[in-house]
Amino acid sequence: MMKQESVILLFLGIFFGLMAGVYWFWGHEDGGGVMLVGALFLGLLPGLYYFWWYRRSGGNRPEDRDDATIADGAGVVDSFPSTSIWPFVLGMGCFTMVLALVFGTWLAVPGVALILSALIGATAESRRGGTV
Amino acid sequence: MTDLIERPTTSTPDEGGPSSVDHGHHDDHGEHHGPSGILKWLTSTDHKVIGINYTVTSIVMMVIGGAFAEVIRAQLVSPTSTLVTLQQYNQLFTMHGSVMIYLFVGPFAFAGLANYLVPLQVGAPDMAFPRLNALSYWLYLTGSLTMILGFFVSGGPAAFGWVGYAPLTSAINAPGAGADLWIGALMLTGFSAIFSGVNLIATIFYLRAPGMTLFRMPIFTWNMLVTGILILLAFPVLTAGLIMLYCDRHFGTHIFEVQGGGVPLLWQHIFWFWGHPEVYILALPFFGMVTEIIPVFSKKPLFGYKGMVFATLTIAALSLGVWAHHMFTTGAVLLPFFSIMSLLIAVPTGIKIFNWIGTMWGGKLHFSTAMLMAIGFVATFLIGGITGIYLASPPLDFFTHDTYFVIAHFHSVVMALTMGAFAGIYFWFPKITGKMLHEGWGKWQFWTLFIGTQVFTLPGYLVGLHGMPRRMAVYPNNPSWQTLNQWESVGALLIGISTLLFVVNVVASYRKPIVAGDNPWDASALEWFTSSPPPHHNFTSLPPIRSERPVWDYNHPDAPALGHGHHEPAATAAEKVEA
Repeated sequence: MMKQESVILLFLGIFFGLMAGVYWFWGHEDGGGVMLVGALFLGLLPGLYYFWWYRRSGGNRPEDRDDATIADGAGVVDSFPSTSIWPFVLGMGCFTMVLALVFGTWLAVPGVALILSALIGATAESRRGGTV
Repeated sequence: MTDLIERPTTSTPDEGGPSSVDHGHHDDHGEHHGPSGILKWLTSTDHKVIGINYTVTSIVMMVIGGAFAEVIRAQLVSPTSTLVTLQQYNQLFTMHGSVMIYLFVGPFAFAGLANYLVPLQVGAPDMAFPRLNALSYWLYLTGSLTMILGFFVSGGPAAFGWVGYAPLTSAINAPGAGADLWIGALMLTGFSAIFSGVNLIATIFYLRAPGMTLFRMPIFTWNMLVTGILILLAFPVLTAGLIMLYCDRHFGTHIFEVQGGGVPLLWQHIFWFWGHPEVYILALPFFGMVTEIIPVFSKKPLFGYKGMVFATLTIAALSLGVWAHHMFTTGAVLLPFFSIMSLLIAVPTGIKIFNWIGTMWGGKLHFSTAMLMAIGFVATFLIGGITGIYLASPPLDFFTHDTYFVIAHFHSVVMALTMGAFAGIYFWFPKITGKMLHEGWGKWQFWTLFIGTQVFTLPGYLVGLHGMPRRMAVYPNNPSWQTLNQWESVGALLIGISTLLFVVNVVASYRKPIVAGDNPWDASALEWFTSSPPPHHNFTSLPPIRSERPVWDYNHPDAPALGHGHHEPAATAAEKVEA
């Protein structure tokens, strides 16, 4: 259905918008005002997307119906990786990049290499559906 | 490797029956024969493995941060102590706060048990993005290492407080690699948190089992949904601020520096725009854990389910409007706005406390360690919450700002959260490991932790009202503060002992294991339907989901809505342990 999901996000977004309005016109402080407007959009954008999706799909997912049985959800849920080394490689790449910010830009060379190999590896893994 | 995962389509476990609480379907149809040992740790994308990794790492961080606290408290036993130098003291309190907030409470809350439990509670085979989930953990682990690395570089770790106020963080005031490592660590853990938030929301929105409508989700899962949304609202702001700070330090910008037209106060706005929602990002998961635990050990359904949900959403909505109550004394913020918003947020929090008490009221209470920790959480959080209401009032805040009153206030809050964490550990340890933690050791741990917390925090309020500022290594001109400080140190020591008792308990429970069974507490959420520990993709069967207590409904078909203290459940493994 996604209706309740969208209502939650829209409620939060609209509330942040109201708060942004009150704060900006009462407090005349830009930093907080800008951040609250950002929060408004972070609520509205996904909220409106989910609302559009609900209207388009007709809202009949088994997980949204009170009377759905377990059998209604039969079938493939999705494809889940059971193991993958690439998140570890990517994490080490990001770690090396942060160390490059502290100890010297030369560390960015192995950092970029690790990140690129992880991105390629994870993409190939997803496409082939097997261990790369 | 990728697996195409199908939903279980049966409501009947392979063995056992609805009359049996511990229905024990220990089949291995879902067992996964992947890598083991170090390779499993490096490559697993299973939310349960990642959840355990997160939990263990964050508890190690708690021990490290706790050790810093013990040194701080040892220093303050005497007004003129020379245990550490003034600069070392600055480094200690900075790293104590940073390790505890960024590396323990947060990750434990929104990525440790949450990672393990949310897919189980909604009937999903895994988190929505398992590889992103694994990346979250690696960023968290490397972020933690980056933070600790500060102790091994020239000049030592960061020393400007865990809030990193400008201009203390400028390249002139904080030269050296320690400050940059602190910034880098926060960037890594910040992205880790953002990815966890994405995963939590996507899992809850897209991977629920049939019949698991939003208003049938366990409150813990509800709280993790709201926590995920708050993470996405708050953490990008902090990460952006850290990038600006790094640019100020290294690229010649002047965003937070007065020379060149910058505004140091902007850092405080950015930091607390993250920092106060962060308080609820830390607290909501523990609210959720306690809300799962109290009904089970009161033998009653939760009092006010929808009230809990709307209170959580209200806290989330208000939490973005309270950040500058940390900045009242700057003289540059809108006092009435932030005061009103901060006072308002006490209302939904009060509703939660009312509902927890309402759940226990008239119930058949069973004081297991998990329940004691949960009650300890409520009591201690109440103290921290009420003193927070004082601080929401600008005149009172002017008087107590940056004193030990504030320190005591937030330590009441975070020590309550720590009790919530241990409540969660004691409650779900049987599900995660298949073994019970020892109740005797657990009760010793609870009482040392609870008494230690009050002995630690309550004198803090007094010494704060007597004027003792935070972040002082020595106080030679005010010897009258010594007695209260010594009491605080005794409390800190008791808290340290309680942590040791927990370690002893884990070791003892592994050496003499007591098998837990699938549902030792006769609990009602979906994770108690599968085996302990659950198979690789969690469920081989699911019960019909017709209320927010599907496992209770399944195990007690004659009394689906009963449980108001009138029902006598079968002896549970917990009671067997005591007997």
